[in-house]
Amino acid sequence: MTTNETSQTMKMLPGDEIRQIMWRYADRFDIQMAEMGARSVARGLIARLVADGERNTHDWTEAKNRMYQAFDESGITAAGLDLEFGGIIDGPRNLALSVISYELAWVDGGAATTSLVNNLALGPIVEKGTPEQREKYMRASMPPAPGEDRKIWRGAFALTEPLPYVGVDTGVVSGRVSVSEWVEGQEPVLQVEKRGRFITNMAVANFITAAVDTEDPRIKSSCMVILEETDEGTFDRGTPTHKMVHQLSNTSDPIFSLKIPASRIVGGYTVKDGVIIPNLTHSEIIEAVFSRTRVGVGVMTSAKLLSAVEPVIRYQRGRFRGAVGIEAGSPRYDLGLQMKEDALHRLADVWATGEAAASLGFETSRVFDQLTLVEKDAHRIFIEQGFGEGRALMKALRKPQSDAIELLRLLAQPAGARDEARVAELQADTLVQFVWLSALGNVLCPACKLWDTGHGANMLREAVSLMGGYGITEDCPGFLFQKWTDAQLEATYEGPEVVQRRQISLTMSNEVFLAQIEQWVAELRALGAAKPETGAVALAEGFELWRWMLAFVGQTKDAHGRPLSQSQRHGVLFPMADAICWLLAARSFVSDVQELAAKGPEHPVVGPEIEGYLNTFTDLGHVQIARAVGEVGRISAELVYGYAASAEKAGDAAAEFQKLRAKVDGSLAGSRLAKDRAGKALTQIMIPEALDYPM
Amino acid sequence: MTNGFQIVVCGSLVPDPLQTLEPVTTPQGPGLKNETMLPSVLDPWAAHALFEAANLAKQIAGSKVWLVSLGPKAKLQQLMMTVAQKAPFELVAIDGSASGFTDAHGVAAALADAIGAIPGLDKSRLLLFGGCASASRDASVTLQLVGERLGIRDQFVGVDEIKVQADGSFSILERIEGGQYLSSTCQAAPAVLAWATGNLPEPPNNPQIGMANMRGVMPALQKAKPAAVGVGGIAYEKTEIPAQKRQTRIVKDATADEIAREIVEWIRS
Repeated sequence: MTTNETSQTMKMLPGDEIRQIMWRYADRFDIQMAEMGARSVARGLIARLVADGERNTHDWTEAKNRMYQAFDESGITAAGLDLEFGGIIDGPRNLALSVISYELAWVDGGAATTSLVNNLALGPIVEKGTPEQREKYMRASMPPAPGEDRKIWRGAFALTEPLPYVGVDTGVVSGRVSVSEWVEGQEPVLQVEKRGRFITNMAVANFITAAVDTEDPRIKSSCMVILEETDEGTFDRGTPTHKMVHQLSNTSDPIFSLKIPASRIVGGYTVKDGVIIPNLTHSEIIEAVFSRTRVGVGVMTSAKLLSAVEPVIRYQRGRFRGAVGIEAGSPRYDLGLQMKEDALHRLADVWATGEAAASLGFETSRVFDQLTLVEKDAHRIFIEQGFGEGRALMKALRKPQSDAIELLRLLAQPAGARDEARVAELQADTLVQFVWLSALGNVLCPACKLWDTGHGANMLREAVSLMGGYGITEDCPGFLFQKWTDAQLEATYEGPEVVQRRQISLTMSNEVFLAQIEQWVAELRALGAAKPETGAVALAEGFELWRWMLAFVGQTKDAHGRPLSQSQRHGVLFPMADAICWLLAARSFVSDVQELAAKGPEHPVVGPEIEGYLNTFTDLGHVQIARAVGEVGRISAELVYGYAASAEKAGDAAAEFQKLRAKVDGSLAGSRLAKDRAGKALTQIMIPEALDYPM
Repeated sequence: MTNGFQIVVCGSLVPDPLQTLEPVTTPQGPGLKNETMLPSVLDPWAAHALFEAANLAKQIAGSKVWLVSLGPKAKLQQLMMTVAQKAPFELVAIDGSASGFTDAHGVAAALADAIGAIPGLDKSRLLLFGGCASASRDASVTLQLVGERLGIRDQFVGVDEIKVQADGSFSILERIEGGQYLSSTCQAAPAVLAWATGNLPEPPNNPQIGMANMRGVMPALQKAKPAAVGVGGIAYEKTEIPAQKRQTRIVKDATADEIAREIVEWIRS
């Protein structure tokens, strides 16, 4: 299929059937039902709360509190629990929770946060807790069945602390745990001192999972502990944080000074020579939790971007209606601002960003679902093989890493021309899958959190600007102003942008990840050869340039002789991290469009109209690729020349760079024509008569 | 009332009323622009019937609810992701057009055939529920035609309430002209109840009910029989949407007294 000026374009904004195919849950009815439950709450109660001005105060009001009951009744709360504890999602829940997060954030990000934060509190227990801890707290978090007289428990997650640390470095905490009483033969009693900052859900939390360190020689390491509101001592919920965003989540700075039994150490402990040895440090637990929950935050911002498209189209088309001399049926009446190319191109940019952000978020969620299925088996195999952790584990990983790279290089070859038996063998290897998915998740997760929220915030500003003065009023449909400003918090919590850049700068050079890039490049080149209109070749060139840059950074010194690749050289590594995020998001979008191309035609509802969807999505993808590749070129040029004393002294590498850059720039051919077509599609898409939630 | 009722609710999908519904001519006859892709909801009139049926079944031990739906089965599947969470029922799916332009006689025949084929259906316990109208065309005769085909002569239209007595008889309130109700008593099933709005709010989504329903929904969709319903012998000369009138005035923060005063003035004028 090739696109041109007369090709069919998308007739309606994508509905559920399209999204289910693209984001790969067309056969997951449990997720679809959870999605519908979330949608009914979002476009009902939550939209009403926003429209009624409940966001005008940071105080937690009775009206806002009704969200919890709605979450319980609609299955949103249960979606975070195992099936045996009343859950509704069979198997790993990352994709399901992202879909719920998407639906809630479509209306309000704070409400989405409120739904997710209980899972964040439960996360340490679910991921790393003892069987007894999992049983107790998941059962307590189950919504009561009809007629059951039981109070549901809600949790909060307490990592961040008052200045100076504020949680930026998760390895450093001021909260302390010490032994309060330890009678021989009995369980030790611990004293926990923890001050939290910006802790969400504190207005209602019955239990807290808190990160603490220790100076007590009778406790070996930091850990996470579970605090309950009825524990002996001080459980001070603190004063509400004066947030100017996300007012549909409750946040405060609590103070805890509590006595708890040592059995509340998350993951349990052992005693050796009179010392309590927590089985897991707080960092180990937090890493396991945040690697999952951060994705949902990125998805939130993507939902808001996509939610902006319909209100902006409506505003643009209706802009001049009712004015003197604007007759019904005239172009100015029908199209309004959409007669102007700038309005269309800017909206296409917002839309393409939203698509890429959502695609990246959902792909990351799926990777973690797959990883969840193999990681326990992988750890079991490592233990059986006698490799526990540390160096021994690193040694044990060498073989599967090498195998994973082999697998990816095989997959980069054309089907039929490669050793399929070896591919099947490697794909069936649990350890290969584990290192492959880990390498991928370790980059995708921070990339999603960083790019979706950071660049997403910028593009939400663009969406607001497209509404003119209307955008900054309370009457702006779609709550776009709130969505824009909320994005600033989404970019901050669960690890601000610097944390994500730091993580990417460490994980992006993983050899397995780099082999994955090679495989993607081969895939994109094949796609580009078959369908030039996708812009896939440009994306492949972008990846190649980034890969070259990584090598360049690794072997180059600046004009003062300082290596560019020093791990604390944020001025080099962080832009490289930004660059890979752009590429990853665009690739995820391309992948989703290809999935739609593969599965859409056979779908009984959307099949007959699939050509229009594919054409417009392809054009939007091309737009996004051009933007992404442009960013990579700009960043690369700054790094290549910016650290040289002069252009002349940039050396042979600069000449090589110029060749690569020229290829990248040349590959952008047709991308602006794609933008023109996407803009044209925007003038023709049929939208509903009204938003399906109040304003 | 010893064995409970067997309540069959006829109800299918209609386009989401918030969508742009623009009549167009298709090779199959009149239709709506982009009709296949329009998001759907359960016909609101049928939805009232379903909620009332579920409520009645809950009150009368031994009762069971079937939802008989005629529509494109892929769209029915999507609809079920929401509807199945509202109330317990067993789905009987018929794969065919849910267009608002179909002939009510053809639709009634397909529905009656499907109901007649429900295994173990005891007509002496049968209450046939549905909407008194449809949001897609408002023919207002389909359910009565189904009743006729099933040989059910006790028919009530515009029902807002059913109250079951201990002896199995039931009283019914039907809407009539002038904002009045007609109160009737029916000695026993079978009966046709074409519902108006009833008295129940839409139940919140309950995922546990949904999961239970889905065990039967997917097999029902897979074995849905095709039904060749269409415009039949109807010739549509013209279709159009009502002319839009914009007389709305948006007033924020008006008190109830001010609103009431204005309404009274308007009525008097």
